[in-house]
Amino acid sequence: MRFKLESRGNYSALWTFASPLLAILLTIITAGVIFALMGHDPVAALYTFLVAPLVSATGLSELCVKAAPLVLIGVGLSLGFRANVWNIGAEGQFTLGAIFAGGFALHIGDGGGWWVFPAMLLLGVLGGMIWAGIPALLRVWFNASEILTSLMLTYVAQLLLIYLVTGPWKDPEGYGFPQTAMFGESALSPILVPETRLHLGVLAAVVVALLGWLILSKSMLGFQLRVVGLAPRAAAFAGFGQRRLIWLSLMLGGGLAGLAGMFEVAGPIGQLTPAISPGYGFTAIIVAFLGRLHPVGVVLAGLVLALSYLGGEAAQIDLGLPNAVTGIFQGVLLFYLLASDVLILYRPRLSFGAGRVVGRKSVGGSAA
Amino acid sequence: MPSTGQDVSVGQRSPLLRLTAISKQFPGCLANDAVDLAIQPGEIHALLGENGAGKSTLVKIIYGVQQPDQGEIAWQGAPVRIGNPAQARQLGIGMVFQHFSLFESLTVTENIALGISDPEERRGLAGRIAAISANYGLPLDPQRAVHDLSVGERQRVEIVRCLLQHPKLLIMDEPTSVLTPQEVDKLFATLRRLSEEGCAILYISHKLEEIRSLCRHATIMRQGRVVAECDPRRETAEHLAELMIGTRVAAARRGQITVSGETPRLEVTHLSLRSEQKFGTDLVDISFAVRPGEILGIAGIAGNGQGELMAALSGEVRLADAGTIRINGISAGQMGPARRRRLKAAFVPEERNGHGAVGPLALDENAFLSAYDSRHLVDWGLINGRRMRDFAGRIIAAFDVRCRGVQSQARALSGGNLQKFIVGREILQEPELLIVAQPTWGVDAGAAAAIHQALLDLAARGAAIVVISQDLDEILAVCQRIAVINLGRLSVPRPVEEVSVEEIGLLMGGIHDGRGHADPAAGDRGMDQQGPDRQGPDRRRPGDGGREHLAGDEQRAVQA
Repeated sequence: MRFKLESRGNYSALWTFASPLLAILLTIITAGVIFALMGHDPVAALYTFLVAPLVSATGLSELCVKAAPLVLIGVGLSLGFRANVWNIGAEGQFTLGAIFAGGFALHIGDGGGWWVFPAMLLLGVLGGMIWAGIPALLRVWFNASEILTSLMLTYVAQLLLIYLVTGPWKDPEGYGFPQTAMFGESALSPILVPETRLHLGVLAAVVVALLGWLILSKSMLGFQLRVVGLAPRAAAFAGFGQRRLIWLSLMLGGGLAGLAGMFEVAGPIGQLTPAISPGYGFTAIIVAFLGRLHPVGVVLAGLVLALSYLGGEAAQIDLGLPNAVTGIFQGVLLFYLLASDVLILYRPRLSFGAGRVVGRKSVGGSAA
Repeated sequence: MPSTGQDVSVGQRSPLLRLTAISKQFPGCLANDAVDLAIQPGEIHALLGENGAGKSTLVKIIYGVQQPDQGEIAWQGAPVRIGNPAQARQLGIGMVFQHFSLFESLTVTENIALGISDPEERRGLAGRIAAISANYGLPLDPQRAVHDLSVGERQRVEIVRCLLQHPKLLIMDEPTSVLTPQEVDKLFATLRRLSEEGCAILYISHKLEEIRSLCRHATIMRQGRVVAECDPRRETAEHLAELMIGTRVAAARRGQITVSGETPRLEVTHLSLRSEQKFGTDLVDISFAVRPGEILGIAGIAGNGQGELMAALSGEVRLADAGTIRINGISAGQMGPARRRRLKAAFVPEERNGHGAVGPLALDENAFLSAYDSRHLVDWGLINGRRMRDFAGRIIAAFDVRCRGVQSQARALSGGNLQKFIVGREILQEPELLIVAQPTWGVDAGAAAAIHQALLDLAARGAAIVVISQDLDEILAVCQRIAVINLGRLSVPRPVEEVSVEEIGLLMGGIHDGRGHADPAAGDRGMDQQGPDRQGPDRRRPGDGGREHLAGDEQRAVQA
């Protein structure tokens, strides 16, 4: 008996959507096996990890709070990934957005008025764009891979943040902790629902997702991004400037990551610390692919990955498991997603009897 | 190991290869439907049919690349199962594909050695290559790197690779589409020689004159079935065409053409351009002009700078000097494709999928691709879906594009239908200048005639058209003037009535009129010797190819 993959010769629309669901199912099964191997009742552990965080109103609002930055970043990355611009450094752009906005908030202190928060929004976006502009410049001028440059700049951003919060911006009354003073009232994100942490960033994520949908499906820009990703030569033939689209992709991705960073420090955190992000910028890459690079899919995927953060915290508290559970869950999910995506282009076949390998088959198409 | 030692006893009338009721089903298409085929030892057998008739599937089955769903294959009277190409080669079947599989940076010998797994066999390979190439009139230097070879020479490498195995059956898939008329003559001499020595040849083509001059037997396929068997020498080309196509095809008719003396729609002056591709062809000092109502044909063998010229004309590659290309009198050399379109230019690139159209996108989005500006399909940065679909619908109706509607994916269309869609998209924008590469490459005869007619009609409305094509028949059918591109240089355009096919062939081979790039007398010298002495410091100098392509005394033009 042999297992064989046959080219479908076409994309399967069904599996484009079924593949993420299959990946999630396989991830849950694998997580259960891991829990069992660690000596926990898998059903109870999975309940703690995946269901318990959702049963309370607080849990649901926390899910949205965690999903907001993932969705904001994920939408921007999706548009860029469509154009084959692989911005892997959203984490760094997120950090710079937080630094730009946070620095301004610290400068204003307890004063200021209504204009402080809008200014922080702009500065957050600007910070992310500047950080994404470096890989864009290097790509357009020197054809340097943005995958490497944007990723490496993440670590530069992280070190810059640590320098600022342990040095010039350190809170003088903070007992030596590496953190800044809390932001003033005017620099904090408005809360949408009293008694929760649902801040304006959650609403912004929904609006951005809808705008992203509009851009992708209806706008000239979205069309250009899609064509340059699907067929770069056709984009050149149509006269779509490749350099312009590289710039736009990175500006969109960087700006939205910066916006997410700004909302995170102006919302749930309220100050700058070295730990403003549990890896949102990297997790958003999984969100983008799990959401099929589609803004609406990104919202759903953002909720799933947000749950992995909540579940990780719950597993830490209730089961005494290390926080690495979150990372394992996310990694396994990405692994299964990439594996399941094979089904979009190929059909599995079991053949019985003495099969022979026949000829050489050329396999067309590109994997997402 | 090839079993070449045994002599096939002559006289027995069982065919070398017999296919009985071969069927092959692909999703959505019955490629071969109960096909019978018998090839006698030593005969040159034509397999004739349009694109999509099932020829390629059938030969892939013979060569073991694909397996039939039903039917039997008998080799020298005994039933066989050909599981893969290696088994086919062991039986004594060789195949020269239309697209070569050679490594550019390796030498001829290295390329051939790659296909030989037995180290014993590799010993003395260069000598055997030289011997075979001399013996069969296929001049080839075993030490030269493939990227230095012309397309004709590359084909020789593939043929020699097959001949080293001493095949009993040689399959040639559309071998002449990349050759000059003179090279075709040389190839035919080689094939006749092989046939006399007892090697059968299965010759796949849709060029009728070729088949009539070369083959003794023809099997004609249409829509997966064998529709006729005949002796092509006894049939007229018209009758063969009818059998192949099923109906009479009205050839495109030229209307009254008036080339007016206004400003040229396109004026190219001293265009030189370094190729961006590693083994591409640099353009050297190209000048020409096309006036309203005129169709200029640019002939040439593939890889002589056509792609580079197309990119320079469309604006996908920009030029240092804006004045090198003028469209309607306006310097356009530094404009990209979108701005050139605003000067009422339009382009049809050679490659349909991935260049002229985006396969995974729907037809309406593909209509948008080049027409968004001229058809005003964008409002405030958003796509106007209704106007986009309307325009796509107009293309489909006007050019008889067979599809399931504007929402079908471009790649779901057959090559001919997609080409009609792309050509239609450009023509319906009413360009004043149309530059089209390989307008009917891989397109069936009916669609080709429709495309030719559309080009003639557009010119009659006052547009200037440049047709870059490797198909000489096409250029002679629709163009008023013809120029030939060779090694990046363009010959002076001349009226088609004033040039003979023979002259065009010489130009394609690199002999330029009055420019003295080559010494025509050199052509008479012995072609069967290799010429390592010819590799001076400038190894790709024009004329190099010409000397080799000039065959000795055969004067017949085949493609007349």
